[in-house]
Amino acid sequence: MADIAAKLEQETGGLSKTRIVQILIGVAVLLILARPVLPDFLVRLPEAWIPPLADWLDAIFGFLIDDLKLTVLTRWFAEGPLDFMLGLTANLLEGKHRWPFIGPLPWSCVAAVAAVIGYYLGGWRLGLLGGGTFVWTALVGQWTIAMQTLSVLAVAAPLAFTIGLLMGIAAWKWDWFDRAVKPFLAILQTIPFFTYLLPAVIFFKVGPTAGAIATTIYAIPPMVLMTALGLKKVSPEIVEAGKMSGSTRWQMLTKVYLPSARTEILVGVNQVIMLCLAMVVLTAFIGMPGLGGKLLAMMNSFKLGRSFEIGVTIVLVAVMLDRFSKAWVVKLPEHFERGTSWFVQHKYLVAAIVGFLGFLLISQFIEILYEVGRRQSLSMGKEMDGLIKGFLAIDFVQWITGWIRYVLNVWVLIPFRNALLYIPTPAFIMLVVAFAYWLGGKRPAIFAAIFFSIVALSGWWDRSVITLYSVISAVVLSMFIGIPLGIAASRSEKWSTRILLLCDTAQTFPSFIYLLPAIMLFGVSDVTVVLSIVIFTTVPLTRYTIEGLRTVPPEMTEAADMSGATKRQKLLSVQLPLALPTMAVGFNQAIMFAFFMVIIAAFIGTQDLGQELQRTLAGTDLGKNFVLGMNVALMALTFDLTIMSWAQRRKEALGLG
Amino acid sequence: MSDDTPVISCRNVWKLFGPNPKQYLANMPADRSFDEIRADGYIAGVKDVSLEVGRGEMLVIMGLSGSGKSTLVRCFSRLHDITGGTIEVDGESIMDMDENALIEMRRSKMGMVFQSFGLLPHRTVLDNVAFPLEMRGQDKHDRRERALEVIKLVGLEGREEYFPRELSGGQQQRVGIARSLAIEPDIWFLDEPFSALDPLIRREMQDEFLRLQEMLGKTIVFITHDFDEALRLADRIAIMKDGAVEQCDTPDQIVLNPQTPYVEKFTEEIEKSRVVHARVLAGPVNGSTPEGEPVRAGHTILQLARQLVNDPREELPVANRHGELIGVMNRQEALDVLLGKG
Repeated sequence: MADIAAKLEQETGGLSKTRIVQILIGVAVLLILARPVLPDFLVRLPEAWIPPLADWLDAIFGFLIDDLKLTVLTRWFAEGPLDFMLGLTANLLEGKHRWPFIGPLPWSCVAAVAAVIGYYLGGWRLGLLGGGTFVWTALVGQWTIAMQTLSVLAVAAPLAFTIGLLMGIAAWKWDWFDRAVKPFLAILQTIPFFTYLLPAVIFFKVGPTAGAIATTIYAIPPMVLMTALGLKKVSPEIVEAGKMSGSTRWQMLTKVYLPSARTEILVGVNQVIMLCLAMVVLTAFIGMPGLGGKLLAMMNSFKLGRSFEIGVTIVLVAVMLDRFSKAWVVKLPEHFERGTSWFVQHKYLVAAIVGFLGFLLISQFIEILYEVGRRQSLSMGKEMDGLIKGFLAIDFVQWITGWIRYVLNVWVLIPFRNALLYIPTPAFIMLVVAFAYWLGGKRPAIFAAIFFSIVALSGWWDRSVITLYSVISAVVLSMFIGIPLGIAASRSEKWSTRILLLCDTAQTFPSFIYLLPAIMLFGVSDVTVVLSIVIFTTVPLTRYTIEGLRTVPPEMTEAADMSGATKRQKLLSVQLPLALPTMAVGFNQAIMFAFFMVIIAAFIGTQDLGQELQRTLAGTDLGKNFVLGMNVALMALTFDLTIMSWAQRRKEALGLG
Repeated sequence: MSDDTPVISCRNVWKLFGPNPKQYLANMPADRSFDEIRADGYIAGVKDVSLEVGRGEMLVIMGLSGSGKSTLVRCFSRLHDITGGTIEVDGESIMDMDENALIEMRRSKMGMVFQSFGLLPHRTVLDNVAFPLEMRGQDKHDRRERALEVIKLVGLEGREEYFPRELSGGQQQRVGIARSLAIEPDIWFLDEPFSALDPLIRREMQDEFLRLQEMLGKTIVFITHDFDEALRLADRIAIMKDGAVEQCDTPDQIVLNPQTPYVEKFTEEIEKSRVVHARVLAGPVNGSTPEGEPVRAGHTILQLARQLVNDPREELPVANRHGELIGVMNRQEALDVLLGKG
């Protein structure tokens, strides 16, 4: 890449950066103005020029599947060990008729154990959260579907943990592995989840196995990164102490490095669990039963009350898993006084066992503690349906939502979309490159040119532009909400903490959940797609705005105060400039989230890449599936590279490390 | 092996940091200075050092930060591989050892204490102290017994089940000391063990350390940036600057005869009479038998101050602790040390 950059410099004859940007934009504008008279091939690539990427990919997959018989191996894994593990958890949790034929466990037992674990990790609050989540789940009659979801999670999360840990150790140990795996992980994190699903189905059989595999792969990247980070951070003195104690290499790894990297590894575990949950819910799209599947079905048939209840369950499970695993990170061992009895030292284990056995016994006699039947459940779905529909039918509410929908659609979204679609392909690419060059510099600009050319050559240009349109409009809209909210909140300590906590919690929700309020208010329309993304992306924007403003060094704000700056002057000329690099990280995250969400929102009915992707899930069109997925990833990566490179340079320039 | 062979002996040891140190050292012109080497893109962590540490001796390596003292001690235990020269431990060249031999040497002969303790955060005091024993595969019962023994030795009884973060800095360093002693090492490396502690605790730990040394009589390499600490503890002091040893001598000699301006700067602020012993000032007895009560060789000039001022004799006999005469001390010379040259 460096030599291309050097060449570019030669060719441009050392033109200044602004000059190049101006030229790029100028040519683009000319092309746009001249569009009515442009030859067709300059407006859109002619079909004939488009290489059959999908066919080539299909050929590669065909080779893997038919000639290498890779599927024999993967299917063996799917039908052998993986199926066995899934069967085990499915039997225990939901009572599927599989070995060991014990389950299902009574819900009261699971709730009791969760409460004890919660209490052990974080006192009565987490105990209540753990127990309460399962009590709620059982009482609203969602026990079976919740357990279907958790039984896949219980297999996928440990699998992702193990693989991620091993890869993380390898990345720490060998530099070449680190270098090789980094770009791969970056792509893996930007590829839309639909692209995980189809290969999983083809290589690992339809059903829970495919879901578990897609979930596992999706959750691996952060574990690799956190493990490598943790191992690198182990203090050199601890390493030397280990060596001086005469540890062998194996002893160093298992007894010195890994235990000392505990914190980072457990943070990785937290992320693995949360990503697994987010993904398990999404596997509904390949027909996996569970919370996600039910939610999808309910939303499709517009049963908003039931959808809402399932949403609450998903949120509760997410918050519980998140809080538990975070509490585990900070939970450090404490000593017992000498002579403390075994029972006292292991009081939590004892309590869990007693609770489990106790409820197991009681539930044999009291049916409702074993299973909450359909009739007994306290679900208020129907009633809430009526309530929500009644609320939406109020004239005033209808007037407001209708008005918002009208204004956004007619005045903002549709004109913007048509404008983007009007731009000839080469002009569009030039504008993107100009943006990347202006903001990120040479390297991002080169990548932007390559990536968007590939998108153009893939033959899905219009749909890619529509995807981009949803992303950009949603992120811009959420900036109008998130940034003022963040600025307002950062003014007081109390509100910062509150909003940050809210954002943290909201970020643990599986993305699927964010569709709910948008659908409730705006039904099924283009506005709903954009608004669901807006809700989703406002969270990181708000969060990083607060964090950026709060971490401005106090001496600088004090210096501004002493210079007699008004609040407004202080904000505009001191705080915001210093907070901008951090805010850029939030902006970047918002864009990544938007790309993620826009694909999910496809099921509301869009005309973008997501919808095509979703269609491929029904068939075996692996090549097309990959091309579509790559387009999303390439566009997302362009923004990621550009913004992150800007934030990095800006931080260095400001001396913020 | 006889007692007077040095335990550690290093000759012309170099440790260079940089892209290709071995090759650079091979082609480097002699007498290249630290700054010239740095200009070539290399850092001389250890620069042509030759030293010997005798059995039961305490060698203190003193230098400011970046002087290479920590690097040197890490070369002794091969935590760093040296670039040039030889290091022998008990007559065996450690650079020729394979990994197993190296691990075996560390398991049986060496203990090390670190500035920020280097304790394993997830293990209790007992398990931290027993760690080296566990590494060499001792059975659980034995290592518990031995660990309790050393924990008692450093005065941490009753804290066996605590975790490092539940202890104060001084206590944590006691754990570090206990761990380094668990395998009964012959050679004891201490890398600025008391630098991270408060001055009061530091003093207390130094006393504790001297008590232990009295009892155990190990061969010790002790690193510090604190000249007072060096004078207080050392049998010999090696003063380092820019990777090289400026002077290696007994505290008395360093204070009395600093050989380079750099060493002299350190000694200027020191009250010499606290450091210099009568033994060092004792010259040969020239024929005549000195008269009167002798002074003890092991006393410092400061301890003899009153007598030096009041005693009318010009020459004072000096006797060792068995009462045998070892020489005579010139009173004027001793007074010069006490009061400074007029």
